[in-house]
Amino acid sequence: MPHIALPPGHIGIRGAMAFRPETARPLNDLVEVLLTGPSTLSKGERELIATYVSSLNCTHFCASVHGMIAAAHLGGDEALVRQVKTDFTQANISPKLKALLVIAGKVQNDGKLVTPADVEAARNLGATDIEIHDTVLIAAAFCMYNRYVDGLGTEQPDDEALYRERGRRTARDGYVTTSREYLGDQASPAPAAH
Amino acid sequence: MPHIDLPEGMPGISAGFNFRPEVAKPMRELAHVLLHDANSLTPGERELIATYVSSQNDCHFCQSSHGAAAACHLGDPSIVDKVKADFLTAPVSDKLKALMAIAGKVRQDGKLVTAADVEAARKLGATDIEIHDTVLIAAAFCMYNRYVDGLGTWQPDNPEMYAQMGQHLASEGYTAPSIRQPVPTD
Repeated sequence: MPHIALPPGHIGIRGAMAFRPETARPLNDLVEVLLTGPSTLSKGERELIATYVSSLNCTHFCASVHGMIAAAHLGGDEALVRQVKTDFTQANISPKLKALLVIAGKVQNDGKLVTPADVEAARNLGATDIEIHDTVLIAAAFCMYNRYVDGLGTEQPDDEALYRERGRRTARDGYVTTSREYLGDQASPAPAAH
Repeated sequence: MPHIDLPEGMPGISAGFNFRPEVAKPMRELAHVLLHDANSLTPGERELIATYVSSQNDCHFCQSSHGAAAACHLGDPSIVDKVKADFLTAPVSDKLKALMAIAGKVRQDGKLVTAADVEAARKLGATDIEIHDTVLIAAAFCMYNRYVDGLGTWQPDNPEMYAQMGQHLASEGYTAPSIRQPVPTD
């Protein structure tokens, strides 16, 4: 039961965003740039970072839907997503992504925990400054999205098939386009194709 | 020393924004809507919530710049210090104290907010939008604080710089940069 009168029929962050389109627009624009914009990290890799942080924050909606978006980008490999959530050090992902997940996990706790050695380790495995920057900001941003979703007491159903369906759609269309489902004309203009 | 090659002389979040303008735009717009646009909570009240959360997260740059903006709106820097030390005894409204209790819980974990916390705020006159915005301000500063700290940005101890930033933020808001050129680093 949400803490405030959110519009019914929208789960998780969608209910909160439908309630306040003025903040929904920059929130969707930010996630669109971070997770779908041009980047040397693949969309699947970036969604795995978002999923891992949401899982550490125990936010069921975000961990579920971003996990399914990640899986959709990774050829439907939901087992890989589960392994990243359980113990990413044993997952079949690149050493570079593992080093970035270490940084993301520290940012989730407190940005001040990131050390020069953490950054150097990622850099030695090929991470660029922009990749390190984006990892820090994806982790920081999901500390916001997670708290927003949990702090309003939004509906977070336990329905894997629902998240799978939503995940496929968001992986295909992106965040701003799917936001029209609950924002209508109040959504941001569609981003340039990428 | 920043963890990546950020522009020199740009303090705190302005370094990240200059490094990556694509993310700066929505992050500025979000802060502008939350802290500056018309709202039944005053800009001073909203800056106090941002300052309180940043102080609890121990982020020097954010608590100093938003504290300066709050002081500018309120015309009294001592309120900012009192809110940071113990908001329950600070000279702010009971409604704002109830909203700060919610913000403090969101800062730790959104799941800690209870129906009783929300009911207490509502009984003191808080509206649904005010409760929503309090939750999102607290959540957003958990992002801004981690971004500023996680990149190892330069966070100078320069009260004059923060006072100037505070004046700019209070009058212009967040869509235009409050730091336009490098700040002397000595």
